[in-house]
Amino acid sequence: MISFTLNGKTVQVDRSGDDPLLYALRSDLGRMATRFGCGQEQCGACVVLVSGTPRYSCTLPLSDVEDATVATADGLADNRIGTALIHAFEAENAGQCGFCLSGILMRATALLTEHPAPTDDQIAEALDDHLCRCGAHPGIIKGISRAARTLSEGAR
Amino acid sequence: MTDLPMSLKTSPAMGQWMSFEQQGFVTLRTGKVELGQGILTALAQIAADGLGTDLGRILPQSADTDLSPNEGMTVGSLSVEVSGGSIRLAAAQARAALLRAAAQRLDVPLDRVSSEDGTILKDGEPTGLTFWSLSGDVDWSLPVTGDVAGAPNSLVGSSPPRIDLAAKYTGGGFIHDMVIDGMQHVRILRQPSRLARLVAVDEAFLTRRHPAVSVYRKADFLALIGADEYAVEKAMSEADRFVTWDNGTGRWTPPETAEPEVFVQGDATAGAAEAGSKTFVARYSRPNIAHGSIGPSCALAVYDGDRLTVWCHSQGIFELRAEIARCLSLETSQVRVIHAHGAGCYGHNGADDVGLDAAIVAFAHQGQPVRVQWSRSDELGRGPVGAAMSARIEATLSAEGRISSWNMEVSSASHLQRPGANGYINLTSAEALDPDNAPKLIADLPAMRGGGASRNSVANYDFPQHVTVSLDASSPVRTSSLRSLAANLNVFAIESAMDELADLAGADPLAFRLDHLSDPRARAVLTEVADLAGWTKGELGGDGEGRGIAVARYKNKGCWLAAVADVEVDETVRVKRLWLVCDAGLLINPAGALSQIEGGAIQTTSWTLKEAVPVEDGQIPALDWESYPILRFSELPRIETRFIVNPENPPLGAGEATQGPVAAAIGNAVARALGQRMRDLPLSRDRLMAMLLSD
Repeated sequence: MISFTLNGKTVQVDRSGDDPLLYALRSDLGRMATRFGCGQEQCGACVVLVSGTPRYSCTLPLSDVEDATVATADGLADNRIGTALIHAFEAENAGQCGFCLSGILMRATALLTEHPAPTDDQIAEALDDHLCRCGAHPGIIKGISRAARTLSEGAR
Repeated sequence: MTDLPMSLKTSPAMGQWMSFEQQGFVTLRTGKVELGQGILTALAQIAADGLGTDLGRILPQSADTDLSPNEGMTVGSLSVEVSGGSIRLAAAQARAALLRAAAQRLDVPLDRVSSEDGTILKDGEPTGLTFWSLSGDVDWSLPVTGDVAGAPNSLVGSSPPRIDLAAKYTGGGFIHDMVIDGMQHVRILRQPSRLARLVAVDEAFLTRRHPAVSVYRKADFLALIGADEYAVEKAMSEADRFVTWDNGTGRWTPPETAEPEVFVQGDATAGAAEAGSKTFVARYSRPNIAHGSIGPSCALAVYDGDRLTVWCHSQGIFELRAEIARCLSLETSQVRVIHAHGAGCYGHNGADDVGLDAAIVAFAHQGQPVRVQWSRSDELGRGPVGAAMSARIEATLSAEGRISSWNMEVSSASHLQRPGANGYINLTSAEALDPDNAPKLIADLPAMRGGGASRNSVANYDFPQHVTVSLDASSPVRTSSLRSLAANLNVFAIESAMDELADLAGADPLAFRLDHLSDPRARAVLTEVADLAGWTKGELGGDGEGRGIAVARYKNKGCWLAAVADVEVDETVRVKRLWLVCDAGLLINPAGALSQIEGGAIQTTSWTLKEAVPVEDGQIPALDWESYPILRFSELPRIETRFIVNPENPPLGAGEATQGPVAAAIGNAVARALGQRMRDLPLSRDRLMAMLLSD
């Protein structure tokens, strides 16, 4: 059994520590927001936060998250930054098919935690390891920027 | 009204489009499918308008061959026109029928009843009646006649948030996320080359190394099956240790091709020999292009001994149903295909192939639900890819600087090998089951349906033209429809040639186009984009910076789009800015249209600068995002888009408007920046270096 904290709750998984975290999340825990896109750390669809740091869950060994804190897009609505991102993405009609978004939103959560007021160029740079095929990039950048503004207004 | 949308001719009854059995909600049925383009939101908006209800009451259902109107495939940017047109009329008639039922129940004249968000009012006062309480009074089998005018548009033209999106990134919602109790996970070992022969499977090795994984083999079709997805994935990664193929040399022979098509506009040879005229010849090309969906194809299926149910993200569930049935020797009625949302779809990708994959494995394992997931490499190279093609243009410029003859020869791989096309199954695993299933004929989509290789091959200009479109079936690479089909390269070729001819005439590219263009809406988008970008005659760059312009009317009968591109070129091409002006008639959902236009422009920028599917010995090698790179966040152009909206004009799909003009505007800008023209796509770093070094 490997246990870790997932979106604020302790979970246990009966699976080899060599298996990637992605399969523990989807197959064992039924948390479907984290997605398989390439299995090679090349597209970012599977990005989650481990102790606040963006990681590719498609290759990250499960043993690496033992007793660690994992955040996935399933838990976005449970925190302040995630809620702001969801509202901002709706307001900006950000995203097209949505397959890349859960990874991007986790990356954005890490970005806004560290840089509460990023410029558009800083957002684009932070997202450069994430692929989007629909060409939804401009709306995604606007969505993250809008969330940052909402959060800074709320903090004042 | 006689001019009903096609869908209402095949599915006429009101009840085929909507029902009111769920209290407070309207179940909306459409044969069109969500491909990530937001079509369900747009159609729900139309229904809400017609019924006069809040958008939140409309529950659009995924298409299902057992339950939905058969509206054919979701292709060609026609969904809003065809399905939306049907829903608009069906909703208006449904509301009228419900109001009549209310008047009868209340025993008052019709003009004293009205509805507000599904509740019935008499003289403006509540009555306790609702659409739901009255639903049983209406004969839903009555046909939609188109005689009833709809409610005033309140939502059409606005942009509510997508109804499907938030759920997708915070949880399930994609087919990839569906779970059926007890389902087994499946990976397909694809033939490494077209019609490759499966020689041997070392099952002893597999049993030893991967005891939780079993094999299903039929002819050259090979599947790995297991309860744990990652266990199957691990076995798959060692496939070359237990599977032996031979490359099937001699099994595949090129299919026959239909006769070339010829299109003539005016007398295209008249000006050829005039004194003082100049001749121009150039050839343009593009390679095969991958669809590159971020979520690799996925399907689920179960066979109960009588019926086979398949969930997949196909663009054409009715066509796929027929070919699955044919492939497995079942009656069509024994197969049910249900659409489930996939990642972004830009044409005929692996979505149909994976549906058959799941069907084959489920059919062989009665009562056992299965889920098939494709790999990244298969998604890039084993589904159909967008067709490689070329276009040669020979034109004459008169002494007065006008185009007096224009001869265009298009040669293209097939843009049309969807399931059932030309009478063939056209699914990759059908060929693994029996090499005789490989198609033996390639024909184009008829020009009256928008054409395939011929799409946009006739230039939307006034000069006389002679256009020949031939199909080239010599490559074993499977090709089919990718966003805009041949419009991408045909418009690239035409609009590149227009720039080259403008140079030959010593004219400004914008003025030269307007000189040959009488279509008023094409002129309008072109002049507006020039204004928007601040087009200045004679200032087109050089020394590594360039500006280009292009225009087209999609399919010569759809929406109009003009583009201006600014580029910087050193060792690579960077598109710095794009200005786009589109006339797509009435906009149902402006934000949706904008995301189609901007998203299309970004995808086209990626195709134009980077993308080519490698072909080695006639086959596509294993691919990933490093060997097939696409445009990244840091490489985005800044985009400004404007729509010319005249609500009097009917809505036209905008999803495929940018592929031609944006590619051409970039190509024209690069030619200005370099002082030399690159006529073969992509305008990649490798191509650029090769050209610069050959000087």
